[in-house]
Amino acid sequence: MILSNVLQRVAAGSPVRVRTPAIFDPASAPANEIASYALLVIGICAALFLVVGGLTFYALLRFRARPGDDEREPPQIYASSQIEIAWTVVPIVIVFLLALVTARTILVLQKDEAPIGSLEITAIGHQWWWEFHYPEYGFTTANELHIPLSDPSDPWPTFLDLQSQDVIHSFWVPRLSGKTDVVPNRTNHLWMAPTQPGVYVGQCAEYCGTQHAGMLLRVVVESRADFERWVERQRGPAVSRASLASEQALFEATACISCHRIRGTRAQGRFGPDLTHLMSRETLGAGVARNDRSNLIQWVASPDHFKPGALMPAMQLPPDQVERIVDYLVSLE
Amino acid sequence: MTEATADTYGPEASGWSRGQVGMMSLILAETSFFAVFLVAYLFYLGRSLGGPYPADVLELPIAASACLLSSSLTIMWAIRGLERGESARFAAGMAATVALGATFLGFTALEWNELIFTHGLTLATNLFGTTYYSLVGFHAAHVVIGLLLLSGVLLLALRGHVDREHAERIELLSWYWHFVDVVWIAVFTVVYVIGV
Amino acid sequence: MSAIDRPTIDRPAIDRPAIDRPDSIPSEPPNERSWTGVLHEWVTTVDHKRLGILYIGAGLIFFLIGGLEAAAMRWQLAFPGNDALSPEEFNRLFTMHGTTMVFLVGMPIITGFGNYLIPLMIGARDMAFPRLNAWGFWMFLFGGLLLYFSYFGSTGLYGAGSAPDVGWFAYTPLSGKAFSRGNATDYWILGILISGFGSMSGAINMLTTSFTMRCKGMTLARMPLLVWMMVVVSLLILIAMPPLTAAQVMLLFDRFLGAHFFDTQAGGDAVLWQHFFWFFGHPEVYILMIPGFAYASEIIPVFSRKVIFGYSAMVAATVMIGLLSFGVWAHHMLAVGMNRGLNIWFGAITMLVGVPTGIKLFNWIATLYGGKIRFRVPMLFCAAFLVQFLLAGLTGIMLAAVPFDWQLTDSYFVVAHFHYVLIGGLLFTIFAAIYYWFPKMTGFMLDEKLGRWHFWLFLAGFHLTFTTMHVQGMLGMPRRIYTYPADRGWDLWNLISSLGVIFQAAGVLCFAAAVVLALRRREPAGDDPWDAWTLEWATSSPPPAYNFAETPVVRSRRPLWDEKHPEDPDWKYE
Repeated sequence: MILSNVLQRVAAGSPVRVRTPAIFDPASAPANEIASYALLVIGICAALFLVVGGLTFYALLRFRARPGDDEREPPQIYASSQIEIAWTVVPIVIVFLLALVTARTILVLQKDEAPIGSLEITAIGHQWWWEFHYPEYGFTTANELHIPLSDPSDPWPTFLDLQSQDVIHSFWVPRLSGKTDVVPNRTNHLWMAPTQPGVYVGQCAEYCGTQHAGMLLRVVVESRADFERWVERQRGPAVSRASLASEQALFEATACISCHRIRGTRAQGRFGPDLTHLMSRETLGAGVARNDRSNLIQWVASPDHFKPGALMPAMQLPPDQVERIVDYLVSLE
Repeated sequence: MTEATADTYGPEASGWSRGQVGMMSLILAETSFFAVFLVAYLFYLGRSLGGPYPADVLELPIAASACLLSSSLTIMWAIRGLERGESARFAAGMAATVALGATFLGFTALEWNELIFTHGLTLATNLFGTTYYSLVGFHAAHVVIGLLLLSGVLLLALRGHVDREHAERIELLSWYWHFVDVVWIAVFTVVYVIGV
Repeated sequence: MSAIDRPTIDRPAIDRPAIDRPDSIPSEPPNERSWTGVLHEWVTTVDHKRLGILYIGAGLIFFLIGGLEAAAMRWQLAFPGNDALSPEEFNRLFTMHGTTMVFLVGMPIITGFGNYLIPLMIGARDMAFPRLNAWGFWMFLFGGLLLYFSYFGSTGLYGAGSAPDVGWFAYTPLSGKAFSRGNATDYWILGILISGFGSMSGAINMLTTSFTMRCKGMTLARMPLLVWMMVVVSLLILIAMPPLTAAQVMLLFDRFLGAHFFDTQAGGDAVLWQHFFWFFGHPEVYILMIPGFAYASEIIPVFSRKVIFGYSAMVAATVMIGLLSFGVWAHHMLAVGMNRGLNIWFGAITMLVGVPTGIKLFNWIATLYGGKIRFRVPMLFCAAFLVQFLLAGLTGIMLAAVPFDWQLTDSYFVVAHFHYVLIGGLLFTIFAAIYYWFPKMTGFMLDEKLGRWHFWLFLAGFHLTFTTMHVQGMLGMPRRIYTYPADRGWDLWNLISSLGVIFQAAGVLCFAAAVVLALRRREPAGDDPWDAWTLEWATSSPPPAYNFAETPVVRSRRPLWDEKHPEDPDWKYE
């Protein structure tokens, strides 16, 4: 039963095979910097473990009471100022040096202002999806972030302004950067400078309610040319086919439009994700299922099926209406 | 309580009695508690989005403070009297302390009456209202508790049950009362001096 | 107190004669009272020993419940996309599990041991305020029951109630009125608020007792390390718990009276709660851990047959840890967006706290060194503790390395770290303490063989679950998620972590069996089964109600060593 469930979910939810979002598989300048710094820290800690742990194991083994031992007490040793001073001073020195390296790394990585020439994007956390606004280009999308490659020789870093619509969330795509919390009433910052194209996954990393686990992130890093092509598509108006006029009219007559926005139509809601170019996204529901027609039908009929507790209500529409609305939605390239 | 220290337990026991260490521990915890409300008050100074602001509605509570602070003196006078066996002085001093404390509460009530009904400031109005009422309110609550305890002692004294041997325990109560005064000094400074 | 700088003293090994203790009064035979009489006695007791046992017993029962909650979570997480539990159920489980383990298991058990042992170790008859002591226990219990009532009572019985689901640290605005409707969160607030009064009254008692009720000859410099450490813990409780109370009251005001402490709509700060909470929360983890250090500091010397190395340094280090613990709180908030200066400060101070902690570790190792270590069950648990706590401290340094923390925080790496501290550190020393002092408390020995099974099974389970968890964290798995996608590469590690539960459960079963068996078998332990040196072993097992027929007089830190070795007493060398 569990297995069939698992397989079902895998089939429904796994679009593109992505690499594990490992901290030590960095693909962006800040993530690289953190990874090398982290290796230094781990190295020091490993050395300490070998020394102290080794001594502990040695003492435990070497000084165990043997079976034929006499019952005399061993020499009682109370203290030794030389040893105690040594093992106070050495750790303080280690801590001091490590703190200096840490301070330096913080100063390099933590940026409060966008570097000149960087791409600025506003990321707004909602319960339980992400809104991405590109002020430079004047469009808004959701859940899947496209950013350009940032070659070290010709850098084009991406700088995120992080805001929250409701509770505290956290933006974390491990291979691209460390995480930063997304706090209401406050704008935090995070930057990425990816060096390899590809799809990078992450998710919200601050417990934010029922579907915290379903608030996934996909970041698509593209070459400049591909990125600019994607931008042009996103800036364009929503596809409006004459063959789907009645489907579009049906959509515009339902309550969907009070939450969702499709540029150029009656749907101007801000509460839910922007659907203008819905089909340019690989997943729906902030990553919980593959974005295709059958899943969309399921989703519109009952979001709880993929994302129990999601704030989008089941619209209580008759099945044929759901199908016609989805017919319209899948046209939104 | 005194007998539990010097005789049963050796000179290595600290010079303080159980009650003294106990009361000091309580005061330490209460200090920590009030410190957080003071921090919240200072943190939110000037950040209210609207509504009545401190400078508009607060007046220096001189009379109230005079009452409360002098009540510390009266209780000290009372206890010195008790230590000398002068029961009348003790009862008079305690009565004065209770009266002064109650007057302080009366002034607070008047102030709040004006704030709520004339200026429309409540706990829910804005950040100032929230932090002001909780800080001053908790202080007032501690005054109430102190007054209840003091009144209890006063009643016992009036019925002739209090002797010089009780002076040490009542001294501990006076420590609590002095603490309440010190907190008021902090509240006064933060709310009525710094915050205005 | 004598100078810290003391010359190394070499003493020849000396004989260990048997001690004949004619003054030892046998424990009172069980009375022929009805069970209602016994119940009445226990419910109305103000005796520190009984209250200590009540605290520990209640803590262990909550431990079983918290363990079941954890097992349920690991069952859900064993496979990706699992739907054994709904997200709502899972979120309640991790909230209740964390809250239970910290407030209803850790706090009462340390209070229980402190209560039981301090008067005995200082030669006193009871705690300073026996009735306050009893009040504290019942407040703790009531608070715990109130919290658990939420499973049934909150929002009615129909939906099987709703326990709080905001996490054990209940960050705002999620825990505010707007995002946590109903009363689930209120049960969390009130349950902890009320049981917190128990902890605070315990602290007042322990502090007062230690300062004012020591027997003749016991200067502060001759107190057992356990007593010193509980003094520091009590001070931490008195300073660190009221901020939690204050913050919870503020949250209650927000939720019920329309206040705006954490209301971002009114200009309130979402992060202020975190500052208040962690100002409490960080000292809290030391409040939990330092008693574990205390047990290790009593047990390791006895089983190594050596005096603790560096007594003064141990005291000084504990005090330093206590002081520093107030300066590091925002290392739980390094991703929240504080400025660079604050990030640098909190990272540096957190690393600094590793220094006194390391010193304690070195002192224990130096105590082992040159000893004759008997690996009875308490020592097995302490040995594992030493290695595990070292690892926990080192992963703590990794988390204090701020940029590294930006990756690690809120991931399973943190979960691994703090379970290493609280299970690998605290729980292992608690198990050691139970096996060590159970004979004193009950008069019966716990079965050595079952104890070994308990140890090895639990050790295996603990490592299967939590050592692998470091990997999940480094592979990018965040915490507090009820499920995860199958394509992240986390599947195998989660499965292994979940399998560890089986071994831990088996170990705990052996422990329960050992306790039951001991109480049935009633194999007498005698006054001093371990050949130890502190005063609690100078009276019967269990001690009479008045503890000591005659108040002891001491001349050194190890009064029983002096008694057993009159030709070479400690006070000649201290």
